[in-house]
Amino acid sequence: MIPGVLRETVARDGERVVYVERERLLEAMTWLKQTPGQDYDYLVDVTAVEFRDRERPLEVVYFLRSLTRKADLRVKVELDAAGELAVDSVWGLWHGADWLEREVFDMFGITFRGHPDLRRILMWETYAEGFPLRKDFPLRGRFSRAEQVRQALNANPEAHYSLDELSIADAWGDLPDDMRERLKRGERGVVPE
Amino acid sequence: MTRTVELELATPGVDAQGQPARVPLAASDLGGEHLLLNMGPQHPATHGVLRLVVELDGETVVRCIPHVGYLHSGFEKLGEYRHYNQIVPLTDRTDYLSPMSNNVGMALAAEKLMGIEITPRCTVLRVIACEMSRIISHMVWLGTTSIDLGAFTPFLWAFQERERIYNLQEMWTGARLTTSLTRVGGLMADIPDGFVEKLRDFTATFPNTLNEIDRVLTRNAVWAGRTQGVGVMTAAEAINYSLSGPMLRASGVPWDVRKDRPYLGYETYDFEVPVGEHGDVYDRYLVRLEECHQSNKILQQALARLPDGPINVDDPRVILPPKSRAMSDMEAMIFHFKQVMEGVKAPVGEAYVGIENPKGELGNYFVSDGSAKPVRWRIRPPSFINLSALSKMAEGHLLSDLVAINASVDIVMGEVDR
Repeated sequence: MIPGVLRETVARDGERVVYVERERLLEAMTWLKQTPGQDYDYLVDVTAVEFRDRERPLEVVYFLRSLTRKADLRVKVELDAAGELAVDSVWGLWHGADWLEREVFDMFGITFRGHPDLRRILMWETYAEGFPLRKDFPLRGRFSRAEQVRQALNANPEAHYSLDELSIADAWGDLPDDMRERLKRGERGVVPE
Repeated sequence: MTRTVELELATPGVDAQGQPARVPLAASDLGGEHLLLNMGPQHPATHGVLRLVVELDGETVVRCIPHVGYLHSGFEKLGEYRHYNQIVPLTDRTDYLSPMSNNVGMALAAEKLMGIEITPRCTVLRVIACEMSRIISHMVWLGTTSIDLGAFTPFLWAFQERERIYNLQEMWTGARLTTSLTRVGGLMADIPDGFVEKLRDFTATFPNTLNEIDRVLTRNAVWAGRTQGVGVMTAAEAINYSLSGPMLRASGVPWDVRKDRPYLGYETYDFEVPVGEHGDVYDRYLVRLEECHQSNKILQQALARLPDGPINVDDPRVILPPKSRAMSDMEAMIFHFKQVMEGVKAPVGEAYVGIENPKGELGNYFVSDGSAKPVRWRIRPPSFINLSALSKMAEGHLLSDLVAINASVDIVMGEVDR
């Protein structure tokens, strides 16, 4: 019995779908990976779904696979859009979750607790328009094209580097003084008007 | 892990035992300063707009931090505003080196969601499309990788073969790149006259080119020296990093979606799945080269068994009536109108279909709320996930090896960024 299981269904493609309590996700995943007879050793994909029906909670979907048993399993966690959008990261179990969880964070704004490097991945780090795959995000984006171009042209050079990289450069004394000054003031990215 | 490769060319790159001589990996503390090097987004060796920020100790990579997203086009968001058949053109533009098999992957997922059974002729034609895509994608990989590592001749040979497949694609769909081959429930067109003969010609001569490439690269001291022992992923690491396709199999994990989760009747074809054992760049090369041979074999079998019959399912709610009937027959016109204006409605539910794309497992995941447009369309992008292991593979190698490792992942930025 999977720990924290709420209910089970079968998807239209015949796969088993298991809904798990949010707080016990990591426990359930560890059990699925390590229990003999389960052996879900391969993480196929991580994604999230938001429905057009605003009443329905968001779902974080994990596609698991056991390479030895040739079996698939879909694990879902439901998140109330009005509540805190956060789940535990499964990076510790499958390192493949690294970029996948970053993408879900980038596109839906769902936080993965315990992820080693949770930054935006497809959008740039100083992107301020929100989370593109949420249903309340308009198809054309929130800022006009002119505003996007203005921000891109006015961005400081440090906007193109992650804080990690800037700290590496700083550690070896390679950071220009004006950049250090701006970073110290907490400014990063767009030049203020 | 050591191994001996019989080398044909006597070059200074080989030691007394016939092993390729390599510069030993540098110890991490040379005492020098570390350097932050920015490579890309416009760099010929990053295969598109990939940007790598590399922390270097001398010439050794200490950390490699990839930046992706320069080609992000929001396909998944766009898909939520499109009918299922209107999504097909978007899939062309994800992995644009194998557009036809992306079309097939998307169509299979939509059909699974709607519970549609495709016709026998369509099934075989889709297999042909998938295997043609595998060959052109691997040819591009081989050509560009050999250029990255300094060999120009295989590039020309590989691109010549690719050109022949592209001509066939153009013959079939009218487009070389934006093929949009599939429709939900069938194909946009049957193959034209003369296609089978031309493809048969191709399958007869293509192995010669592969053998030439094999002769010029496999036992080449420079090639072996640049690729062996570089970017090693063990089987356990490859599984843990969710690698798929040739990347996973080169590490010795015999997982191929065509064999292990068959679709399109792949279980009825006779082909082998090549598996590497060292998980380095050289093994990835060997695996891809052999996959081309196997794809060629599958193409021959598919051509031999190609049945006659319709390519589309017989369901006017899913397939557009022919134009002549739509203009003359009232009922056909109504179906035509409803499909164009309202689209094909999918039942409530969700479906995921993974297919073995040239780059790895391409997954299409549809969630439907009963309308004609999906609530969510997710592409599982194989090269995005394979690329996420780049930092791990590059650590401790030379900067010049980073180029070889990056090439071996076989990324296509249209798919990484989507």
